[in-house]
Amino acid sequence: MKRRHFIKQTAAAGSLIGLGGIAMSTTSLVPKKHITILHTNDVHSHIEPFAANDPKYANQGGVARRLTLINSVRKENPNVLLLDAGDIFQGTPYFNFYGGELEFKLMSMLGYDAATIGNHDFDNGVGGLAQQMPHASFELLSANYDFTNTIMEGLTKSYRVFVKDGIRIGVFGIGIQLEGLVNKRQFKETKHLDPIELTDDMTRILKEEEACDLIICLSHLGYDYSNKERISDLKLAAATKDIDLIIGGHTHTFLDKPTITQNKEGNIVLVNQVGWGGIHVGRVDFHLDPIKGTEHTSTFYNI
Amino acid sequence: MVLKKITHLLFFVCIFTIFASCKQEKYNTTRVDASLVSIDRSIKEDTSITAFITPFKTAVDKEMDSVLAYAPTSISKNDSRYNTAIGNMMADAVFELVNPVFKARTGYTFNAVILNHGGIRAPLNKGDVTTGTAYELMPFENEVVVVELSGFQMKELFQYLAKGKAHPISNLQVILGEDGSLKKGLIQGHEIIDNETYFIATSDYLQKGGDNMTFLSKPVSLLTLDYKIRNVLIDYFKKYDTIAPVRDNRFIKE
Repeated sequence: MKRRHFIKQTAAAGSLIGLGGIAMSTTSLVPKKHITILHTNDVHSHIEPFAANDPKYANQGGVARRLTLINSVRKENPNVLLLDAGDIFQGTPYFNFYGGELEFKLMSMLGYDAATIGNHDFDNGVGGLAQQMPHASFELLSANYDFTNTIMEGLTKSYRVFVKDGIRIGVFGIGIQLEGLVNKRQFKETKHLDPIELTDDMTRILKEEEACDLIICLSHLGYDYSNKERISDLKLAAATKDIDLIIGGHTHTFLDKPTITQNKEGNIVLVNQVGWGGIHVGRVDFHLDPIKGTEHTSTFYNI
Repeated sequence: MVLKKITHLLFFVCIFTIFASCKQEKYNTTRVDASLVSIDRSIKEDTSITAFITPFKTAVDKEMDSVLAYAPTSISKNDSRYNTAIGNMMADAVFELVNPVFKARTGYTFNAVILNHGGIRAPLNKGDVTTGTAYELMPFENEVVVVELSGFQMKELFQYLAKGKAHPISNLQVILGEDGSLKKGLIQGHEIIDNETYFIATSDYLQKGGDNMTFLSKPVSLLTLDYKIRNVLIDYFKKYDTIAPVRDNRFIKE
């Protein structure tokens, strides 16, 4: 059963309007684009598949299989962005023994482009996280953890723009409130800033200054809570604008397909999360067409 | 004629270059597909990753499988009401192994221990007791903290225990009357004195309000010891050849 959504988008080709006919003739030379997003969340040090006697996830997951899958997708479409929504650490003795070194090295070998920080990534303190940073060839993105005066200062970025086949993809990270979840002795002077405020900053920068074609938020806020006061991915999606996809974590929510929801301007935002432990990889394919003049285009959500 | 053609061509190349270099081609998403890929046995392992993991796995397995002690019988947290052999072992291990650390740091010994029933994450099975056993019993990173509680807070602690769950305790005695109400609450054999304070070892999880043990949230003083509960268990298993704790009368109902 597939739900089919046809959504009208009012986005016009702002920067090309003035060029009129010339723009029309040049765009016809530009091919269509296809960007594939692969994502994980809450892998929790599950490097090997779950044990054969695991009551729930026997023989599922495993980093070595994940690379095989990623490579097959890359063969099909080289324009892949590989992302993780945090809680990379904690959950198997690999973390207790090696402090996250393996997790970061393996993610680098798999060619992850970026990840955000989950609460468990502080389990060995800001110092324990900083110690593993040399093993990460991917970006650690967080817009709303202020690491000033901690050893993590300068080791993360708020956002990063990836260019794949000419498409500008802005990715930023949003982390969960640490108070009450993580011992103060672990997060030390790290300040948690308001997720909505910082998301507004990020989307403005990525949309206006960086002229991104796609905006992706890596969030460790959690999918949804019964306490509706509490910030979650669904709340963040509704309270902000210009995000195309929120890749979530923390609540270990298994979504068999992304949730289609609306932002504060009534445009579509996708929110996805794929459980935990690396037993699934989420895949979202964006097909983009060059904008022709002032033409209105619609998006077909085949989800 | 030919020259004119070349000039023309050059002109177009220039125009094209100008457009290509200023780029800012804008794109609209026209179609989105999504799918969920399961990582299961149908996907072959990438051998470079497997080879990278192997030496780490060998080292971890060797450590996890190393035999520390022997258990003559299997024990679990559901064996009995009010107090269990496995819970008594955990609380007594904290009392016995953490007290010297606390004493070295403060000059005092703590009086008693309270943990939580839900914190016993697995049974202790008959046979070899390994490092892995300690990870199964206590997969979390919780560590021992010592709180200083007022006489009033101690009475709240006993009222909490009187609800009847077999939370692991050491050097506390709880006696419930036939109607289930708290009849006696003793610490190291003594009644609670109102204007006295007591040192209680517990986990950082419970101290921060876990399991609603709110009497631990605002202690008179607090000391964290950097001693993980799992490591307490590992050290306890290393210290004793045979792990055979028993149920006793520390928490009973008349």
